[in-house]
Amino acid sequence: MHRLKREHRHWNRRMLVTVVTAAALLYLVGIFLWGTLMDPSYYAVHYENKLLPPGLSHLFGTDFMGRDMFFRCVKGLSNSLVIGVLAAAFSSVLALILGIASAVCGGWVDRAVNWCVDLCMGLPHLVLLILISFMLGKGTKGVTIAVALTHWPSLTRVVRAEVLQVRSSQYVQAAYRMGRSRLQVAWTHMVPHVLPAYLIGLVLLFPHAIMHEASITFLGFGLPAEMPAIGVILSEAMNHIATGKWWLALFPGLMLLAAVLLFDAIGDNLKKLWNPGSGNE
Amino acid sequence: MKKKNEKILEIEELTVSFGMYRKGFQKSDLEVIHSLSLDVEEGEILAVVGSSGSGKSILAGAALHLLPGNARTGGQIRYRGKPLDDRACKRCLGREIAFIPQSVDYLDPLMRVGKQVSGVYGTKERQRELFRQYQLPEETERKYPFQLSGGMARRVLISGAVMGDPKLIIADEPTPGLNVEMAMETLNHFRKLADGGAAVLLITHDIDLAFHVADRIAVFYAGTVVETAPTEDFRKGREALRHPYSKAFIDALPQNGFRPLPGTQPYAGELPKGCLFADRCAQRGQECEGQIPMRELRGGKVRCIHAT
Amino acid sequence: MQLKAEHLDFRYGEKTPWILKDVSLQTESGERVGIVGPSGYGKSTLSKLLAGYVRPSAGRVLLDGEPLPEKGYCPVQMIYQHPELAVNPRWKLGKIVKEAGDPDPALLERMGIEPQWLSRWPSELSGGELQRFCIARVLNPRIRFLICDEITTMLDVITQAQIWELLLEASEKQKLGIVVITHNMALAERVCTRIVELPAINHAETKENRQTDITKSRSFITKRNVSATEGEGCADRAV
Repeated sequence: MHRLKREHRHWNRRMLVTVVTAAALLYLVGIFLWGTLMDPSYYAVHYENKLLPPGLSHLFGTDFMGRDMFFRCVKGLSNSLVIGVLAAAFSSVLALILGIASAVCGGWVDRAVNWCVDLCMGLPHLVLLILISFMLGKGTKGVTIAVALTHWPSLTRVVRAEVLQVRSSQYVQAAYRMGRSRLQVAWTHMVPHVLPAYLIGLVLLFPHAIMHEASITFLGFGLPAEMPAIGVILSEAMNHIATGKWWLALFPGLMLLAAVLLFDAIGDNLKKLWNPGSGNE
Repeated sequence: MKKKNEKILEIEELTVSFGMYRKGFQKSDLEVIHSLSLDVEEGEILAVVGSSGSGKSILAGAALHLLPGNARTGGQIRYRGKPLDDRACKRCLGREIAFIPQSVDYLDPLMRVGKQVSGVYGTKERQRELFRQYQLPEETERKYPFQLSGGMARRVLISGAVMGDPKLIIADEPTPGLNVEMAMETLNHFRKLADGGAAVLLITHDIDLAFHVADRIAVFYAGTVVETAPTEDFRKGREALRHPYSKAFIDALPQNGFRPLPGTQPYAGELPKGCLFADRCAQRGQECEGQIPMRELRGGKVRCIHAT
Repeated sequence: MQLKAEHLDFRYGEKTPWILKDVSLQTESGERVGIVGPSGYGKSTLSKLLAGYVRPSAGRVLLDGEPLPEKGYCPVQMIYQHPELAVNPRWKLGKIVKEAGDPDPALLERMGIEPQWLSRWPSELSGGELQRFCIARVLNPRIRFLICDEITTMLDVITQAQIWELLLEASEKQKLGIVVITHNMALAERVCTRIVELPAINHAETKENRQTDITKSRSFITKRNVSATEGEGCADRAV
């Protein structure tokens, strides 16, 4: 008798997770593409429509220069996503290299990497970001490099721990004694072990990078004021919030929050799927 | 005299299955424990013996509601006559019911071990007394788990479990990592607890330990118990035993014939119909393909229709 | 061929206590030498040294007078106590068994490895079945010595007997030398041609005045005349 019974519930967790992840991905990629391909006339200045509240013609209302806030938000979020993804990608590659070097070489390399990690994690993150961005003359370049250079430490620790674990595992040791070369072992045993943790770490870096980009732009150390960016929009909104123009801050804030939470959801879902402890739930 | 004793833990027709993804979105249930029945009385030690990786630990997890989210259990578990549901289990675990897990990872890495052992219900004096009994130096209580050796960590786990005055002790492989003297000491301590009225369910792969300390032995095969018998019968040898697998077990001991029975335990996903042992059994016939119930025989229980 | 350990010392770091001190051992092809002693006496460390997994702090391990090769297939292989840790959980068994080269199909059959197991993940097999794979993947024509570190401790006694039957056959046929590390005296007496005891390291003693040579300790030949129906001995045997 085959004691494997088919499950009759229609939605199991794996399906749910896949659908949620796909929806989140669709939203984020959609915003990104729409924003990059958008014609600037959509969020151009129209002084005759100054500070209109949200309505059918302007979903999110307009700002003090009569720019449509909905399109400005999409464009701004798209810009933030690009910077966030760029910075997170760079950070994660750095983390991968440092983490592997630290675990494989050991000795002084390990000590140096750990020292750098402790140093970066010991300083207040925002202060470090502002410092680097300010040194590089602010602007797009400044903020991208600052975000890229400050997000590697935690992922480096993760990669280092994973490599150390697989390196000392019995099956890797046995593989060496059975005549496998270092390269073969690295490619066939180590990479498949480290990859899931690394990819989850990478996805979970995005929301951090986006948030930090928006924060330092908001504080005036990031993107220039003429560029549509969530940080710029929010900081402009601060001037008008006292006069009751609530829509200028609310909608961009919500969009940023949604993007960050969605990235977080994707990362968490991948974690649940790939983690052997919860993978079968 | 045994008949008068109260049954502390009764497990009836326990079935445990795990939901597993096959390919893509298809999910199916893999049954790993099949209609398993056993009971432990006060004052006795019941050893469940079987090879590692055959699902013995799942039995402990199922009894105490400690299995992961994708597990589903069926059947009945009763503690002193009352159903041991999730709430009853939470109330008793750590007080009346003690669990000694297999892995020393169950210790909280961020808490000093003295505090973990005395826990919520214990006292410092009792913890010191137990540490002395298990030859743990006085300063151990101020250490963190990573500072302990494997054997010490295991002794810490055991002292934590016997902290209260447990009525039921479930020990999952309590001896690996201990040297022979410590292992004996631990088992003798279980013996003392049992003589004091506690019931002990000892899950182990080590038949020698079971011989040494248990009152009864349950033989675990392919996710169920095929025979429960007094330890005395195992000592007497194959003739006193009931199930062909238990007989083969005795024959394979290095101090006896060291004769292996061919074949392997069937995989949980591809179990034979009816008797789980059929493909390795010399006495199998048509009648072995039906349901094989557990039945009483000569003061023990057996799941075989041919046993005499 | 001869596997020889000369005056091995081992400890993990400069300031940590010695795990092994001045241990020597010599074994020949076709011989099955049992090393017994309770846990914590450095038996596992000795097996790792013999198989070249770790290097001794002092002393050397020689195979026919030559040090063990650092690269390539090592003629001295080792089998662990926990087979589930010795195989990559992300590989199917068909790939695992080929790690040291394609195994002889006849060998797989003799090992009792069923063809459908090859397409399974390690988590779908029991410890005894996995242990067969661990043995099958190293039993190729280049192997000379096999170090078995408590390889059947975690298995049930039937699987234990099955696995030793296979190993004894390989030992006779291939003239394979086997070092059997176990705490189970009955098992050692069953399978070994010679048994030596690893003495305890007494940390209270100074390291200079302790000299131990386990080749000098008592050795005896396997007793094979234990009758099959004698179930008596089980209970009173020291555990």
